[in-house]
Amino acid sequence: MNKPSELPPELTTAIPTPQPQVGISRVHEAAHLHVSGEAIYTDDIPEAHGTLHAALGLSPIAHGTLVSIDLDLLRRQPGVVAVLTAADIPGENNCGPLLHDDPILADGELRYVGQPVYAIIATDRELARRAAALARQAIVSTPLPAVLTARDAHAIGQYVVPPMHLTRGEPQAALAAAPHRLDGEWAVGGQEQFYLEGQISVALPQENQAVLVHCSTQHPSEMQQLVSHAMGWASHQVTVQCRRMGGGFGGKESQSALFACVAALAATRLRRPVKLRVDRDDDFLITGRRHGFDYRWSVGFDDDGRILAADIDLISNCGHSADLSAPVMTRALCHFDNAYWLPHVSMHGYCARTNTQSNTAFRGFGGPQGALAIELILDGIARRLGLDPLTVRQRNFYRDGQDITPYGQQVEDNQIGRLTDQLVRTSDYHARRAEIAAFNAASPVLKRGLALTPVKFGISFNVVHLNQAGALVHVYTDGSVLVNHGGTEMGQGLNTKVAQVVAHELGVPAAMVRATATDTSKVANTSATAASTGSDLNGKAAQDAARKIRQRLTPLAARLLDCAQDDVVFEGGEVRDAGAGTGTAGRTIGFKALVAQAYLARIQLWSDGFYATPGLHWDRAKLQGKPFFYFAYGASVAEVLVDTLTGESRVLRADVLHDVGQSLNPALDIGQVEGAFVQGQGWMTSEELVWHPQSGLLMTHAPSTYKIPTANDMPRDFRVALYDAPNRADSIHRSKAVGEPPLLLPFSVLLAIKDAVAACGPSRCDPPLRAPATPEAVLDAVEAVQATRAT
Amino acid sequence: MSSPRPLRFVHQGRVQSVTGLPPTTTVLQYLREHARCAGTKEGCAEGDCGACTVLVGELDADGDALALRNVNACIQLLPMLDGKALLTVEDLGDSTDLNPVQQALVDCHGSQCGFCTPGFAMTMQAIYERHQADGTRPTRQDLADDLAGNLCRCTGYRPILDAGERMFDAPIRLLDRGPIVDALRELQHDAPLHYEAPSRAGTPQRVFAPRSLDDFAALREAMPQARVVAGATDVGLWVNKQQRELGDVILTGRVEELRRIDTTTVTGSDRASERVTLRIGAAVPLEEAWAALTAHVPALRELWLRFASPPVRHAGTLGGNIANGSPIGDGPPALIALGARIVLRRGATQRTLPLEDFYLDYMKNALQPGEFVEALEVPSPPPGTRLRGYKIAKRYDSDISAVCAVLSLRLEDGVVRDARFAFGGMAAIVKRAAKAESAVTGRAWDEAAQAAAARALDEDFRPLTDLRASAGYRQRVAANLVRRFWLETRANAPIAAEAGSVWQAVNLRRSVA
Repeated sequence: MNKPSELPPELTTAIPTPQPQVGISRVHEAAHLHVSGEAIYTDDIPEAHGTLHAALGLSPIAHGTLVSIDLDLLRRQPGVVAVLTAADIPGENNCGPLLHDDPILADGELRYVGQPVYAIIATDRELARRAAALARQAIVSTPLPAVLTARDAHAIGQYVVPPMHLTRGEPQAALAAAPHRLDGEWAVGGQEQFYLEGQISVALPQENQAVLVHCSTQHPSEMQQLVSHAMGWASHQVTVQCRRMGGGFGGKESQSALFACVAALAATRLRRPVKLRVDRDDDFLITGRRHGFDYRWSVGFDDDGRILAADIDLISNCGHSADLSAPVMTRALCHFDNAYWLPHVSMHGYCARTNTQSNTAFRGFGGPQGALAIELILDGIARRLGLDPLTVRQRNFYRDGQDITPYGQQVEDNQIGRLTDQLVRTSDYHARRAEIAAFNAASPVLKRGLALTPVKFGISFNVVHLNQAGALVHVYTDGSVLVNHGGTEMGQGLNTKVAQVVAHELGVPAAMVRATATDTSKVANTSATAASTGSDLNGKAAQDAARKIRQRLTPLAARLLDCAQDDVVFEGGEVRDAGAGTGTAGRTIGFKALVAQAYLARIQLWSDGFYATPGLHWDRAKLQGKPFFYFAYGASVAEVLVDTLTGESRVLRADVLHDVGQSLNPALDIGQVEGAFVQGQGWMTSEELVWHPQSGLLMTHAPSTYKIPTANDMPRDFRVALYDAPNRADSIHRSKAVGEPPLLLPFSVLLAIKDAVAACGPSRCDPPLRAPATPEAVLDAVEAVQATRAT
Repeated sequence: MSSPRPLRFVHQGRVQSVTGLPPTTTVLQYLREHARCAGTKEGCAEGDCGACTVLVGELDADGDALALRNVNACIQLLPMLDGKALLTVEDLGDSTDLNPVQQALVDCHGSQCGFCTPGFAMTMQAIYERHQADGTRPTRQDLADDLAGNLCRCTGYRPILDAGERMFDAPIRLLDRGPIVDALRELQHDAPLHYEAPSRAGTPQRVFAPRSLDDFAALREAMPQARVVAGATDVGLWVNKQQRELGDVILTGRVEELRRIDTTTVTGSDRASERVTLRIGAAVPLEEAWAALTAHVPALRELWLRFASPPVRHAGTLGGNIANGSPIGDGPPALIALGARIVLRRGATQRTLPLEDFYLDYMKNALQPGEFVEALEVPSPPPGTRLRGYKIAKRYDSDISAVCAVLSLRLEDGVVRDARFAFGGMAAIVKRAAKAESAVTGRAWDEAAQAAAARALDEDFRPLTDLRASAGYRQRVAANLVRRFWLETRANAPIAAEAGSVWQAVNLRRSVA
């Protein structure tokens, strides 16, 4: 046995201070770069010599035949180097992610106001934009009748994909037999992502028929594929990189492709670097957003408000092409149940094709539109019965024996009842309900309202094969660690969490671990950073890679420390013999020293990692299976103040309790919860999209006309807490995904406004409040219930 | 006429001299594309998101102290910087040496995607500098109001407001003003600006920035076709969004006389009859103009705080707002309700007219060729006046009104002697509701009177439906605002402001607390 004196000089016997790397509120890995302006976004990459700039000429009409483009007019504009049209695309003219129905540049048919028809490539951006803006003169077209609303498209059976139907039990018979029945129609508007950094791609031609594209995208692999298809190339000719996005929210999942394809096409044709950064107005006019939904429902319920049967049509406004509308509708159908047991149910999803922007992913991906419907329905049932809506919700919660979703997945580890009970207590719900009633009785103009809404959100891509991820971890001989994975950083702190996981696995301080730009040449065939799965998938893959390296280092460490391999612990930048009661216990060697020795011993110090979520299966035709690895839960209580003379409202207080399992990083998770809450509140209140009813022009196409929340709109009193319970599923360190579920929390804001409006009418009135609840929508609802009181 | 010279301003600690760039180059374009300072971001290029927030420094009238204002670089034209200092996120700490504002943002998790963050840091630096100079600290409400021009889509703002409080806890570290002041003093010796360069379209374009009112008037008269530009908060959009050519430009911003607020007091037989008149120069920034108006008439405070956003109020001017003549500008309703007069000048000739007579039709006003707006004269409300300013929009901050109403009554013994009901958003121009006013004049201010006024609004206005509101909503809410006005000003049991408006209930209560 070695004596301490015989230890190599790098070995010590000091007991390291435990330094947990997960479960702590580490700041965002780039925070110091954000605040100093040093963080590099795509537009900040120094422009390569000779960079040209692209701008897109947009369709001035909603529907028509493209007769011709006056290319001579465009080519003679100052600074114009080239004009590209559909005819210049050597490969496939498509940037649609699933169906091939989404032209990069219009070919033959004009489908919406704002559709890119040609690309101007010019010596500077402003000259490119000036030439692009001549679209009205340059585009010769024959107008055709346009369909501008989902209702109109549904009426004529015009869809982007065939209707979807999901039925359980005997809903029609149960409806007929139910003691009470409620029939309703309702609609919720869409929502613009409003990432602060607009869409952008920079393409640099490379040697031997290849291109490098810097793209602000959530899905580099798909950008690579679509660019290669457009070029008629193989994937290995295209490299896509993204260090970070200035926000994505789903808007850069599929719809970054058009810009990537145009930039790559122009760069390869002209053998010059080409940058395509669109103006904010064009970004609004070209790209789609959250689908607005129309609903029509019939529900049957008993005297206690328990739903016995539900039949619902969900009609989404998809715009001119399929994009991701089919999976968005699938997720809507899989979230109509939200947290509730629906014994007999039939759901019918219609993806309406209209002559507007093609709608796409946005945080929640249809889940919010599905769950919002049942929340409206339950609120209506409660008002009909004169019950507190909270009571009706609680009576309908999933519970033992009533825990199979309409799509056949069992709700295991159901937390919603306990979580809600806790929030009811901590928010003082019942006392405040009484206090608000007293306030309203004494307040002629202003009314307060209160509502609690729960969230149950399925985590995983609804398409099984997408639930995979890869990572690459390099340990350099100085002990520093570089991690690369297939996920993208859009502000959510994914790189921070993944670096924490790797640091934890290797037992090194977080400062030793650096994450790099997402790059299709490093990790191949990745899925989009979407569906809240970023940390779940990439964290596991990176953990796998780091663990492999640790496992390779362990035998060497055991040899150097002269202990059993099982006793080797990596912690605090050191590697220690943690064996109890042996003579070598407590001996350590620095991680850096161990790595240096490993290199000399020719041990592989880098590794790939891979993860595939286990146990998922999904029958897309029958809409049955186990699409989700687990559910995330949450609930919120909102209290609002409504002006009954103007319809203005403000959120006075919001209490949130949200389930992130065992948090990897509580500060980042709270950031996601709060950010999603305020974003969802915007959708429910001030963010209104208005298309011109005749021309089909989107009139709310910039922040001057489309109003996302400001600092003054966040709840005045905002109390956010994490629900403390480890994930029962074997997720990364028992955490839960957090990106999307909290977007549903501010349904409570909408329903609290509805509650306040109800205080203006007779008891049991059910205010016809639209969403978003703009002042006009609220005043309309106030006047409607006042009218019922008067009659 | 003077000879052309380069643009000269202070940036990155030294005087920069610019020639050859088109006169409509924005400050943001200059930073990102010419000075290679990429920290300042473009989010919207229309002054609504704040990602491009920078600080513009000017010496005060005495030439001693440096005033720093946060503005949107995307809608500042570069020639407007002449003689001033430009500070950007690169002038704060670098990533290895963060200053208290930056460190607080990091510590409070105030950035997520980080794209809006440099803009927030700059606005917060302006807040920090101001409060440190005054020895004060902002409330959370103050912070939210000051940050109304900075949009964040990620955080939900809570951690940013936390950072706004925490930045005052660290040892003080202010911007180093000495070198900037020295450099600005050097620039004071420059001749008034005459800049010439090819426009974006390649044709010659000139920019003048006279320093005296007489020079300005003479130039304006000599160049009636030239575009007068004040804060460019609207003109910047013509350039960025419509690619409009401006032709020759005359800037108002350096004319000292146009930047003054003067107060004249006319003393009557007793204190009650004392009348104060504010004379606000056309180039006074909106922020200062509203501060003066609100000191004059406290009921206008809500309109002040909800008028555009701080960066726009720092850049834009009241004269520009008036001359621009938007049918929904929130300045004219307040001024018309107060009985303001507009002072116009051409060459040496001055004329004044009631502001409501200035507006002729949609985007048409009474300005003659070569004439310009010199000032607004705003009398204090006579004794017995009840006045309220209301703004209705989808969002509280930085939103264009669906309806703006400034309602004023003079009561004598409970009887309405004079009514001035000015509305924006209800017609092609900001307009008084003549029928509603006469419906209440000469009668008791009671429920029947307000109902008569509300009914008369249907004859006064035929509003339009647009993306902000329907015609029906505008009509109903205008009537309801008259009702709110009555509830708040009636003799018998008037309701408190915080019982009649959600904005008052939330913001004012919090401000006072």
